[in-house]
Amino acid sequence: MALSVSVTAMQEKQYTPSLLSFFIYNPTFGPREGEEEKKILFYHPSDIEKNEKIRNVGLCEAIVQFTRTFCPTKPAKSLHTQKNRQFFFEPEDNFWIVMVVRNPMIEKPNKDGKPPTIEYQEEEILDTVYGAVVRQCYSMYKLFNGTFGRAMEAGGVELLTQKLEKFFYRYLQTLHLQSCDLLDVFGGISFFPLDKMTYLKIQSFVNRVEESLSLIKYTAFLYNDQLIWSGLEQDDMRILYKYLTTSLFPRHSEPELAGRDSPLRPEVAGNLLHYGRFLTGPTNLKDPEAKFRFPKIFVTAEDGYEELHLIVYKAMSAAACFMISASVELTRDFCEQLDGLVGPQLTLLASDICEQFTINRRISGPEKEPQFKFIYFNHMNLAEKSTIHMRKTASVCLTSVHPDLMKILGDINCDFARVDEDEEIIVKAMTDYWVVGKKSDQRELYVILNQKNANLIEVNEEVKRLCATQFNNIFFLD
Amino acid sequence: MTEPPQQHYLELSENPVQFEHASSVNNVFFDEANKQVFAVRSGGATGVVVKGPDDKSSVAFRMDDKGEVKCIKFSIGNKILAVQRTSKSVDFINFIPDYPHTEFSQECKTKNANVLGFCWTNWNEIVFITDQGIEFYQVFPDKRSLKLLKNQSINVNWYQYCPETAVILLSTTVQGNILQPFAFRNGTMSKMSKFEIELPVIPKPAKLSLSERDIAMATIYGQLYVMYLKHHSRTANSPSAEVVLYHLPREGACKKSHVLKLNTTGKFALNIVDNLVVVHHQSSQTSLIFDINLKEPDCAVNTHQPVLPARSIHPYRMPLAGPAVVPSQPPVPCQLYSSSWSVFQPDIIISASEGYLWYLQVKLHPTVNLLQDKGKLMDFLLRRRDCKMVILSVCSQILEGGVKGSLPVVATVFDKLNQVYKEYLEAEQSYTVAMESGPSRGSAAQKRPVRTQAVIDQSDMYTHVLSSFTERKEVSHKFVIAVLMEYIRSLNQHQITVQHYLYELVIKTLVQHNLFYMLHQFLQYHVLSDSKPLACLLLSLESTYPPAHQLSLDMLKRLSTANDEIVEVLLSKQQVLGALRFIRSVGGHDNVSARKFLDAARQTGDQMLFYTVFRSFQQRNQRLRGSPAFNPGEHCD
Repeated sequence: MALSVSVTAMQEKQYTPSLLSFFIYNPTFGPREGEEEKKILFYHPSDIEKNEKIRNVGLCEAIVQFTRTFCPTKPAKSLHTQKNRQFFFEPEDNFWIVMVVRNPMIEKPNKDGKPPTIEYQEEEILDTVYGAVVRQCYSMYKLFNGTFGRAMEAGGVELLTQKLEKFFYRYLQTLHLQSCDLLDVFGGISFFPLDKMTYLKIQSFVNRVEESLSLIKYTAFLYNDQLIWSGLEQDDMRILYKYLTTSLFPRHSEPELAGRDSPLRPEVAGNLLHYGRFLTGPTNLKDPEAKFRFPKIFVTAEDGYEELHLIVYKAMSAAACFMISASVELTRDFCEQLDGLVGPQLTLLASDICEQFTINRRISGPEKEPQFKFIYFNHMNLAEKSTIHMRKTASVCLTSVHPDLMKILGDINCDFARVDEDEEIIVKAMTDYWVVGKKSDQRELYVILNQKNANLIEVNEEVKRLCATQFNNIFFLD
Repeated sequence: MTEPPQQHYLELSENPVQFEHASSVNNVFFDEANKQVFAVRSGGATGVVVKGPDDKSSVAFRMDDKGEVKCIKFSIGNKILAVQRTSKSVDFINFIPDYPHTEFSQECKTKNANVLGFCWTNWNEIVFITDQGIEFYQVFPDKRSLKLLKNQSINVNWYQYCPETAVILLSTTVQGNILQPFAFRNGTMSKMSKFEIELPVIPKPAKLSLSERDIAMATIYGQLYVMYLKHHSRTANSPSAEVVLYHLPREGACKKSHVLKLNTTGKFALNIVDNLVVVHHQSSQTSLIFDINLKEPDCAVNTHQPVLPARSIHPYRMPLAGPAVVPSQPPVPCQLYSSSWSVFQPDIIISASEGYLWYLQVKLHPTVNLLQDKGKLMDFLLRRRDCKMVILSVCSQILEGGVKGSLPVVATVFDKLNQVYKEYLEAEQSYTVAMESGPSRGSAAQKRPVRTQAVIDQSDMYTHVLSSFTERKEVSHKFVIAVLMEYIRSLNQHQITVQHYLYELVIKTLVQHNLFYMLHQFLQYHVLSDSKPLACLLLSLESTYPPAHQLSLDMLKRLSTANDEIVEVLLSKQQVLGALRFIRSVGGHDNVSARKFLDAARQTGDQMLFYTVFRSFQQRNQRLRGSPAFNPGEHCD
């Protein structure tokens, strides 16, 4: 553990929040004494001694049970302690996911070889942010595996534990708790701004592909990692979008960023017509050994859920996700057909969009580029926009503001969540920053202003100006 | 449409002009200019019966038998009758009431010349064509005399006349293949540039090689063309016959412009119907049609293949009630492509032996199944006169089929329709602009654009195609939405404002299938353009889809003319303060009805809220009128 780091220099050392443990249990699986281990379906880290696992699970169970007596409808969500914070989530009946996060801390060295003093900053992390992270973990599992209940039906506890092990072993490594913030609470979707005509062209493309390859049930279309069209319902799209933008795309874009062609893409001899390639499934269609296996995802359907193959196909910056019923076996023939049909059209569309985008940018001019740092979120369509966050990569999510300010944003968000009515909160932070939160109907806007000596009225005016330039086409109460 | 699939796309007109058939005592003449058939019995002594396309132009009269009639024609409007009986002169009879009816005569001016024929170019202007040139006269019926306006010496083998454009074409030189056109207009005669028809073989020694039968003149798409039927020749490298079109502009040189490939040999005749070149082939008893404006992608420029496979003219039965003059004629099927047929431009077929004159017509319905390429079919149909219903039925047919891969076809068809639609709208608009800017300047140049049947607007599409299509149960809603979006895309691409009822159709279809998220996305990208009716429609969806409320408010906000509606919506949601803040932000606070707000505030049951609103209005009153009291008219006491 990080505590073992020894510091020689006489300076403080700061530790960000980190994952201590993550486990999933079902109290009904081992109700009798001596059978407690059966309750545990997954435990990370796995090398913890069995009795400690049982103890920790038992503790959580007890807390949940105990607090239930106070409010039977809303069980406990988190437990704050000096060293860490625990989050409880019951996604399905009797299935509990628990995440334990170590509080951020500062290590102050002591003289005379004494062990350093550790100060835990127990108030620095937000329940809403990490509560959302736990829910996201479950949603992501469900996207690729379906519900826990489904695994139980198909193969009992044994299958479920297998699936959990397989999924979370890798997934937990990609959790970056130190960079979780308000955006995780929103779990929003960034939409690509586009003119009507180009949008209609994309519609036309999607419809044509779905018509000629009738196996395709749903299509989603993205450009520059931003969503343009989703044939999936909103909630499914939300989690799929999360997967695409934080996992799949970054994995594939890094070779491109490095300035060379993706090593995955072979030279398509004799076919320079398009730049299309599969991001899931076969890396090279010409390879006689190529496997035509695609990841499977689960989305909601009229009667529960349906299982789908996820084909992600990309040409330049445009990505199309095609979803096909998992009951169909996908063949080389189909993939070649798809490649031949979609590749040229998607390449053309991608350059069309790029062209339109640059034209629009030029028209709107650089003055429309925000000098403001803001986060916008609309609960209605999950649209999210942030000028605070840099490009997301597979490893980290960079923000351009100090974590303290992000914490204030999170706090304002919690306040908003408490009441139903529209409101506005203006906070003067340390270091001369003003933070403004506005809530109007289903929309939330957070602005960070760095104006020395500005007073409340000036800040208010400034935010009005921002609303008038950036959000003039929506109904946003002043 | 109820009959089994018909293959005959050409037919003879149902009401032919009937006349006494040609016989030893009855000579029959046809005048292309007035489209009149003359039945001259015994040189006119026992009667001349003139039958025209309508009853008005039909006349019967007698004239003295002064020898065999070679040619007989009325001037335009049946004013003066000209009769040629000898090769030297033409006789005239006045048909104008109150004018002397006695015949008068005019000999050709050129010595030793033979009159080949004559053409009326106006009600009182006539051209004699002799073997040595042409003579242009003005006729004075009151004085019973003619005045030579102009003449031109030139050796003539034969001539042709196009009455529509008043152009006479003369065949000159020994081989006859140098053609000299003359145009006539209001007493003037102008010589157009001559041109040469390329003969398949140059005969040695030179002899007349271009026959009158192989040349025809007609206007196609408003342009005059000389059509040359170029027969295949064993010596030259031409395996089959073709029709060569020479474009004859008013000014400038004549140019070979189109070649129609007949892909066969034999005897042919030409007609022009609805701007289509119809080529009848006698031995196979079929006809071909060509559209010179249809681009052939796989052919060299301006070389055309037939639009449709060869078919015969639709079988024709003589009407049961036969012509009164021949009562014994049984109701037998008419023999089509008979050798006794004569074909005249543009669309006339005459059977002199049977006494019938038909107009040839194109039937568009059968073409639909003969032309598989729907894009080409649309190009073809859009240029036809009575195309609207056929086009709409083709649209319905494409949508019904639900054939896999039909969306690109649908898109192509929509784009073609909207191209024509847009051109019309633009013409209409520039006409309106020109009219508004004052009709004084160049008003002659601006003519109100004609709306042809090819202009298929949104209401046509909606009424005849889309509304019934969206209601069909067996079509998947996915396809329905795709088609509607495709139509909207096409309209947008042509910068045509989409009508509200199309949006309504889209919304209705989406709502029916619970595809609210799809609807949401369309609105997000403004695919469905903002309007008050649309915003109201969205408001009405709120109970089934709550986000519609936000969408609707956003739309009202963008319209910027709907502030009252926004206030109403907010008040109905009991968002009294929000409504008040909004109306203040747009500067409408001073004129707003206080009662409305106070009512809404009271309904919330929140006394504090009511007080706040009340105070706010009192302050307003104080500011406006110096007193917190309300005006009596506001009913707020």
